[in-house]
Amino acid sequence: MQNSNEFEMSRRELLIGTAASATMGAAPSRAEAEGAPENARAAALEAPSMSKVSFSVNGVARELELDTRTTLLDALREHLGFTGSKKGCDQGQCGACTVIADGRRITSCLTLAVMHEGNSIITIEGLGTPANLHPMQAAFVRHDGYQCGYCTPGQICSAVAVLEEVKAGIPSHVTEDLTAQPQLTAAELRERMSGNICRCGAYSNIVDAITEVAGRPA
Amino acid sequence: MKPFTYERAQSPAQAAAAAARVDGAKFIAGGTNLLDLMKLQIETPNHLIDVNALALDKIETTPDGGLRIGALVRNTDLAADARVRRDYGLLARALLAGATGQLRNQATTAGNLLQRTRCPYFYDTNQPCNKRTPGSGCGAIGGFSRHHAVVGVSDACIATHPSDMAVAMRALDATVETVRPDGSVRSIPLAEFHRLPGDTPDQENVLQRGELIISVTLPKPVGGVQVYRKVRDRASFAFALISVAAIVQRDGSGRVALGGVAHKPWRVEAAEAEMPRGSKSVTEQLLANARTTHDNAFKLPLVERTVAAVLAEAKG
Repeated sequence: MQNSNEFEMSRRELLIGTAASATMGAAPSRAEAEGAPENARAAALEAPSMSKVSFSVNGVARELELDTRTTLLDALREHLGFTGSKKGCDQGQCGACTVIADGRRITSCLTLAVMHEGNSIITIEGLGTPANLHPMQAAFVRHDGYQCGYCTPGQICSAVAVLEEVKAGIPSHVTEDLTAQPQLTAAELRERMSGNICRCGAYSNIVDAITEVAGRPA
Repeated sequence: MKPFTYERAQSPAQAAAAAARVDGAKFIAGGTNLLDLMKLQIETPNHLIDVNALALDKIETTPDGGLRIGALVRNTDLAADARVRRDYGLLARALLAGATGQLRNQATTAGNLLQRTRCPYFYDTNQPCNKRTPGSGCGAIGGFSRHHAVVGVSDACIATHPSDMAVAMRALDATVETVRPDGSVRSIPLAEFHRLPGDTPDQENVLQRGELIISVTLPKPVGGVQVYRKVRDRASFAFALISVAAIVQRDGSGRVALGGVAHKPWRVEAAEAEMPRGSKSVTEQLLANARTTHDNAFKLPLVERTVAAVLAEAKG
C-alpha cells in the first residue's frame, strides 16, 4: 500500500491553507490602495489594532496580545488551542461556543477577548478529561445526549451552569412562582437550555442526562 | 469586522468625555448586539470604550422606596433580584421572556434599552434601509413585514424596538439617568427616551453624542397583579410578535404597555382609563391610527385578544 502520510492533510490544515490563499489573493489590491495617497487614511484605518489581555483558562494564567477584533471564542480556539468550544453560527444563536466565565455561562462568540481582563474562563477541556469525566460528561455519554457531537461541549458547559443557576434561585420564564425556589422539572430544563441548539435533535436525552446529574446527591 | 482601537474606561464621566472626543467611538458593555452588528459591518466603530469596569452594577433602594438599577446590571441579575421578583414582577417576567440564559448573563440594563431593531432589511446590507443607510429607502415597506410595526410608523421606517425589558419599564414609569461629556447628569423619562422613526429612523433615542447611561430608576412599587404576556413563533428564544405588559389593580384600574408593535415601547395613558370597560375599548385607544401592511395586519386582533387574556388572568 502506498504511503501517503506526507500528502494527507487534516481538515483543519486544509481550511487554514484555504484561508491563507484567500488572504494572498486579496493582497495586491490592498497594496495598490496603500500606494494611493488619497487612500492613505483609509488604509491606516484598516490596519489592525493590537491590545494585551490576561485571563486564566481552566486554571492556567494566559497572557495574549491580540487584534482587538478577536472574540473570546477565537482567542480560545485559534490562539490557545482549546478547540473544544465550537463555532456554530458565530451570532450567539446556537450556543455551541458556550463557556463559563467567572462562573457564568456566556456565548464566547459574542464577546471580545480583550473584555475579559482578569477573568477565569472554564471550557469543556477544563470540566473533565477522557480518563476522569465530569459527571455531566459521563451522563451525556450514558444517556446518548448527542449524535454528531458538535453542539455537545456547549451543551455540557451550559448544563453545568444551569444547575448552578437553579441552585442560586435564579428564576426562568416557566417558573410559576417568582418568589419560590425554582424546581428542576423537564420544562425548566428545556427552557433554560433553549440557547443550545442540537440539529441532531438529541434534546430528550440531554434532558435525561441533566436530570440525572441534578438528582445526584452533592 | 472593521479594525478598532480599544480602551477600558475608568469612570463614567471619563468614558463620556472619551466618546465625545473620538469620532466614531462607541461604548461596549455586554456587546451581544453590538458585536453581532460589527461582524456584519452594520456597526463600524473605529474606537471601543469598554465600560464594564465602571462600578455601575448595583441595584439600590432609593430614598422614596423605588429602585435604582445600575446601567451594567446584567439581565440575569436584575430578573433574579429579590426586590424585583417581589415588587416588580412585571420586569422580572419581561426579562425572563427575552433571549437565553447565556445572553441574559452578558446583556446589561443600558444595552438592552439601546439594542437595535431585528428588522431583516436592517440586517441585510444588500437591501435598502433608511435606518442603516439614511436616504436609501425601506425594504420592509412592500416587503416581508410580518414582524413589523403597526403604530407610530412612518414612510421611512416600520421597524420595531425588540426589547421586552423596556416594555415593562415603560409600564413601571422608569426614568433613565445619564452623564454627559461635560460631566453633567440628567434624567430622561423612559417615555421620552426612544424616538419614533419619522424621517430620521437612524436616530433611535434622545441621547447626545458621548452621553452615557448610568442607571435606570423605578418609582416605588405600585402593587397590583402584574402580567407580561409575550406571543411569539416558538416558546423560547424568539422575539415578540406582540407582547402585553399589564398592571391591574383590584378596582380594575391599571396600566398597559405593548411590545412588538412600534419603534418604541408603546403605551397610551389615555387608553388605561378604558380598562374597567374591557380589552376592546383599551385596544381601540392603544392602536388608534394603526397603519398595517398585508403581512402584519394580524397584530391588531392579536393585541386585542392578548389584552383580553391578560385582563382575565389578572382578575383571576
